[in-house]
Amino acid sequence: MSSAPESSPAAAAETSHSRNDDSGVDASPSQYLLSLRGISKSFGPVQALQNVDLDVPAGQVTAIIGDNGAGKSTLIKSISGIWSPSSGQMFWNGKEVQIHTPHDATVLGIATVYQDLALCDNLDIVENMFLGVEETKFGVLDEIKMELATVKVLKELAVTTVKSVRQKVGSLSGGQRQAVAVARAAMRESKLVILDEPTAALGVSQTAQVLGLIKVLASRGVSVIVISHNLTDVFEVADRIAVMYLGTMVSSGPASNYDTASAVEMITTGSSSRVASPYSLT
Amino acid sequence: MSLSQEEEPSLVVTSAGGRNELVTMLKRFKSGDSGLIPVLIGLVCMVLYFYFKNHVFLEVVNINNLFIQATIFILLGMGEIWLLLLGEIDLSLGYLAGIAAALSAILVDVQYHWPWYLALPGAVLLITALGLFSGVLVVFLKLPSFIVTLAGLLGWEGVMIFIIDRQNTGGTVAVHGGVLNDLVNAQLTVVATWALIIVMVGLASFLMMRSYYNRRKSGLVYRSIYFTIAKIGGLVIGGFLLGLVFNSNRGGAFIVQRGMPFAIPIDMAMLLAGTYILTKTRTGRYMYAIGGNKEAARRAGINVNRYRLLAFAFGGFSAGVAGLLYCSELGGANDSIPGGNFVLYAVAAAVIGGTSLVGGRGKMIHAVIGGLLIAIIYNGMALINMSTATQYIAIAVVLLAAVTVDSLARRGVVAGT
Repeated sequence: MSSAPESSPAAAAETSHSRNDDSGVDASPSQYLLSLRGISKSFGPVQALQNVDLDVPAGQVTAIIGDNGAGKSTLIKSISGIWSPSSGQMFWNGKEVQIHTPHDATVLGIATVYQDLALCDNLDIVENMFLGVEETKFGVLDEIKMELATVKVLKELAVTTVKSVRQKVGSLSGGQRQAVAVARAAMRESKLVILDEPTAALGVSQTAQVLGLIKVLASRGVSVIVISHNLTDVFEVADRIAVMYLGTMVSSGPASNYDTASAVEMITTGSSSRVASPYSLT
Repeated sequence: MSLSQEEEPSLVVTSAGGRNELVTMLKRFKSGDSGLIPVLIGLVCMVLYFYFKNHVFLEVVNINNLFIQATIFILLGMGEIWLLLLGEIDLSLGYLAGIAAALSAILVDVQYHWPWYLALPGAVLLITALGLFSGVLVVFLKLPSFIVTLAGLLGWEGVMIFIIDRQNTGGTVAVHGGVLNDLVNAQLTVVATWALIIVMVGLASFLMMRSYYNRRKSGLVYRSIYFTIAKIGGLVIGGFLLGLVFNSNRGGAFIVQRGMPFAIPIDMAMLLAGTYILTKTRTGRYMYAIGGNKEAARRAGINVNRYRLLAFAFGGFSAGVAGLLYCSELGGANDSIPGGNFVLYAVAAAVIGGTSLVGGRGKMIHAVIGGLLIAIIYNGMALINMSTATQYIAIAVVLLAAVTVDSLARRGVVAGT
């Protein structure tokens, strides 16, 4: 039985997509933008993901946390179409979908910002924003249209530290580059934006910049998945938290269900004595 | 979208005024983002140096020769830039040009007697295909372009010597007049020369003004109109000087020769076409992207292999045209055409002009400036009777200096931001 809305504290111990709980009833994926059920992925003998369930609600920030090697990146790459899951199902707005290529993901409205940002340093902000999807007029690049759109997007996302959209991306700071990468994902009218370790290499004020950007995105109705191993950042922006450990989804639920101590324990050991979890580590 | 006062100043600022922009430009210049200026200054210094050493240097007949001599470096340089932008290189372009030269002479004059409108495009098409062939090996067998085209440099030299010596004309295949001769040795009429210059300058000015007004109308930040006016002014002066130079009699008292040689508009057409592709089309944009970050381009959905192949094809095409003009200049082709040297000068020309060897940075105009510089040095040194040994050393020093200045300047750019 699907749980009451997340704000209910009584639902603390109950994750809303439990397959192992005693009721034996699957939570309906249709109330979520993206739902994963039983996703597994192996690379030869290596089992990278094992039976992972995940629910991503629309318009909220879901943080996936876990130690290095927990499978966070692999899970993300399965959603964004880089890898095809070995087994399991994915639901988009309740309907089952197959995501086999990055193009499939793009068509659904999933945009991913990888850790290396995939920006071209020798091109300026406008050129990076429209890379691969340039606007043309009679075969000629429509620079004005693209520049106007870029200025508009950056303004909407409250990115004010960038002086000129014609600056080469290579000359921007880490936070600005991250902002450009996120804005590029946001501009494609994506419904789901996935960010892989967005603040990993950033300083304090740059991190604040990016976190602010994530909140603006969510406020505009875009779902955001953030992978991070920085719990401070996670508790700052996340509406939901999902904890992974050695390829399995240990626990997930509203962010209010977690605190730093329980989260750390789950990340490092795979279970927490502080929050009763219906899962055991199998 | 008109300028509205309530727009945030940090993002939507219109013209800051001519004086402020001049200040910004000077700051950028000092921090190293000076673009072509150092090379142009070097060019002017060289010209003045050689002129004072030997006044013949700036006589119209010599200037004409200079432009013709520069053509092979300019066109091969442009060919290399297509590849350098992607972080590749094609060492075989020099001998591909040599094959084009030999083939065109053989097809038109020496053996087959094809009409020029079949032979010349045919030769260029073949060389384009040979360039593409290198590209196929590089892209599909995933071989490094340096090695593949090094093999090409050696192999195509053999092919060139073979097809020339097969004619049994003593290692030279000569051109007997006709279009192949006229490319370099015949010219537009005086009237046509002025007409061409006026049309080009007029068109360029119109496009620049239209671009200025479009930008201003859209509400984006625009540069003061004085910059556009200055650029137009520069074009007018340059065009006027070019017209004067080429329309002056360079032939002497008995054979009057006035007008722009056909080679010049051909060079210009290659420059304009290449620049247009690089700045105004997706193809050009993708080439810069691939050179800047191949993986990012791939993730953006760009078909990286297609554009790499295209670059090799463009390189071949440029070499083909270069070969035709070289054949016209030499009056034929011979089996000791220094294709290896030419390709090195082509790369040098591109780099002197400001193109990066690792990809992502370069413009067609770089080949023009670099090619002219190299031609000026050789032409000038010949006029002041410098020995061959000194010539080589001088070119080496210039190349090192150009690349050092450029590198130091760019380090300043990154550090200064």
